[in-house]
Amino acid sequence: MNDPILEMRGVSKSFFGIKALRTVDLTVYAGEIHALMGENGAGKSTLMKILSGAYRPDPGGEIRIEGKPVRIEGPLGGRAAGISIIYQELSLAPNLSVAENIYLGREVSRSGFLARGAMRVGVGPILERLGADFLPSTLVAHLSMGQRQLVEIARALHVRSKILIMDEPTTALSAGESERLFALIRQLRAEGLAIIYISHRMDEVYALGDRVTVLRDGRLVGSLDKQDIRADTIVRLMVGRDVSSFYKKDHDPEAGKGHPVLTAIDMADGQRVKGCSLTVHAGEVVGLAGLIGAGRTELAHLIIGAAPRISGCLELEGRPIDIRTPGEALEAGIAYLTEDRKALGLFLDMSCLDNINLAVLGRDAKLGWFLDRDKARERADRAFVGLSIRAANVGVPAGGLSGGNQQKVLLSRLLAIVPKVLILDEPTRGVDVGAKSEIYSIIDNLAKAGTAILVISSDLPEIIGICDRVIVMRSGLVAGEVRRTETAPLNQEDIMAFATGMEHLDA
Amino acid sequence: MPDNGSTQAKAATANGLAAAQATKRQRIRLMIRAAGMLPVLLLLCAGFHYLSDGRFFTGQNLGIVLQQAAVNTVLAAGMTFVILTGGIDLSVGSILAAAAMAGLTMSKLPELGALWLPAAVLTGLGFGIVNGALIALLRLPPFIVTLGSLTAVRGLARLLGADTTVFNPSIPYAFIGNGSLTLIPGVASIPWLSVIALLVILVSWLVLRRTVLGVHIYAVGGNESAARLAGIKVWAVLIFVYGVSGLLAGLGGAMQAARLYAANGLQLGQSYELDAITAVILGGTSFVGGIGSIWGTLVGALIIAVLSNGLILTGVSDIWQYVIKGLVIIGAVALDRYRLQGSART
Repeated sequence: MNDPILEMRGVSKSFFGIKALRTVDLTVYAGEIHALMGENGAGKSTLMKILSGAYRPDPGGEIRIEGKPVRIEGPLGGRAAGISIIYQELSLAPNLSVAENIYLGREVSRSGFLARGAMRVGVGPILERLGADFLPSTLVAHLSMGQRQLVEIARALHVRSKILIMDEPTTALSAGESERLFALIRQLRAEGLAIIYISHRMDEVYALGDRVTVLRDGRLVGSLDKQDIRADTIVRLMVGRDVSSFYKKDHDPEAGKGHPVLTAIDMADGQRVKGCSLTVHAGEVVGLAGLIGAGRTELAHLIIGAAPRISGCLELEGRPIDIRTPGEALEAGIAYLTEDRKALGLFLDMSCLDNINLAVLGRDAKLGWFLDRDKARERADRAFVGLSIRAANVGVPAGGLSGGNQQKVLLSRLLAIVPKVLILDEPTRGVDVGAKSEIYSIIDNLAKAGTAILVISSDLPEIIGICDRVIVMRSGLVAGEVRRTETAPLNQEDIMAFATGMEHLDA
Repeated sequence: MPDNGSTQAKAATANGLAAAQATKRQRIRLMIRAAGMLPVLLLLCAGFHYLSDGRFFTGQNLGIVLQQAAVNTVLAAGMTFVILTGGIDLSVGSILAAAAMAGLTMSKLPELGALWLPAAVLTGLGFGIVNGALIALLRLPPFIVTLGSLTAVRGLARLLGADTTVFNPSIPYAFIGNGSLTLIPGVASIPWLSVIALLVILVSWLVLRRTVLGVHIYAVGGNESAARLAGIKVWAVLIFVYGVSGLLAGLGGAMQAARLYAANGLQLGQSYELDAITAVILGGTSFVGGIGSIWGTLVGALIIAVLSNGLILTGVSDIWQYVIKGLVIIGAVALDRYRLQGSART
């Protein structure tokens, strides 16, 4: 291979005596996609911020770019050294045009006046090279998330960056947009850029990574070459223990033959859901798979009465039930974990205690009105222990917790009502590996206890790992069902075939 | 390279200093959050005492301050409920006037005169519930709805007295407006108006902090969509808070009527809503909802009363009082921003 473009030798960073990064050695070559993985808090963002110049590394380490030692200082230091970072939350100004965004901070002016025309012409070749289907004069507000990402990349290319760091770039993208992004990343690799790709998603790392480096607790615990990249190896490196039981499925696989708990018949909202029926049995974990936009979340919202339905009916334990509001669903014992915990789930300014107890306050109340504070405290303490929620105490605001712990707080709220049916919408989105495996084991234990569980997930390995049966949706309809048999486990291809509408071609 | 080492060491110290300053700033912010505006109130009191040559801290003057703060405290308590849900109630001044008019009119009826107090309070409650229903059921923005009722209810208040001032020198329960509750005979007494205001604060605290409804109010203000999905009847919470605001405006009207033995639909309660909002914001309740406390509101209302009283004691002209009070409002909102920056929203 050619000479390395970026070499980090013994780079450390500590905050108030706490080591966030311990003597990390990282070598990245031009023309490679280097995947960087690790749990939340493993040191990925610290490493990134050192490369961008936001943090100064501790003395003793060395960073070389193209063989020359460099000191990256100040927020513009990274860019000056040829490193551009594309953050998870894009840093574009939506009220400005594409060209203005690309030139942001380096505007071209003629005698003090902004030279809009020159800027538009200037970004033309780069946008063309990236295959952009929008004009330099388009307002960023009018672009899709995928197109915005393209603008970010264009900005990086425009300052002639040689190293591009991408932090979970696909979180906000649809499947199609992600595919296009991958193609573009491969093109950039072919053009000789070095790409450091940070992701939690194994399938992306498989698809893109030439090498994978794994961080844990601020240490570099291993680098794998393409031929050695395997999910179990990576996960073992990330969590530092054997994770053959990463996906936990100890509950009775015959559970599906239990009595039906939730039956939804012909549910439709007139827009995204066009008549869906499904049944979940006691003690069964059913997956609801499908591409983004297939109508899975919308179906869940119909079931819990969060959206008005135009047709359909529900049966709970064999009896018809009419649910019109989420409150009625909770009362009936149907709990729904939202996919968007910050916007639709948690109260970020409220204490964990209040967040956990919110759904049962009325049930616990003294004289029907007054808070039973002892009971609430006890319940929150139990949830903290039972779900191993890590926070200073139950009184801290939920907004200060990590993603995984926030998710567990939200889950505790639902479990407090002791649901008969639990609908989990992307239960491990934005959650680190350790918390993921804990959430899987919570799901498994609930199934063992007889809860009927419906899991909506876009993460196919997850669905296959924890579900007994998978219902696949496509364009608002149930496209098919994949069942695990004793001889054949669930497999990704069958599910994707239904999700994309290829099942007839296969047959 | 010793030179390099020393610069790095220097840089490290600089880093450490910056970090220490950051934590210090964080600590100050936390202190501001916890103590709220209480230190400001105490400083104002001390300052005015000094500037007025010791005329501030006298039993008589403190009684006046408490009495002046009473009606605004009651209105601001209702406003706290509303602002905690992320709403606003601009109509409290007009509702106060209408309630006072309704009460005084009732008090002049020979047989039902004694019922004027509940009549005033229920008038307020009625208007509040109408506000709440429009906001909760028709999903209209609170600012627009209460801006409308600010004008409409003012008109109704004038209509009630045929646009004249209604007098009743023998109004029943007049003592609540002008009497005092004697704590220690001859030494300490507290105006009934202030007693009512303190009771309102206590009951508000009880509802907000010790009942299920209170948590639901904070939840609706913190994240309305999440509250809906968590099974909270958001519409009921909204009707409740606007109902409370109306009810307390009605109570404020009764307090004013008892104090003045009279009410005028045109003049009574003009721009009281602004003082109430100022008290709430000064008290640290966030304009976006979900964060705040009723004790802060009490402190806020006292600051406004102390400011008015102190500026008069020190002989500041009426015109400058306006300017100073306005600046205090802006300062309070600036504080609100500062507070939000340090909050746990991530």
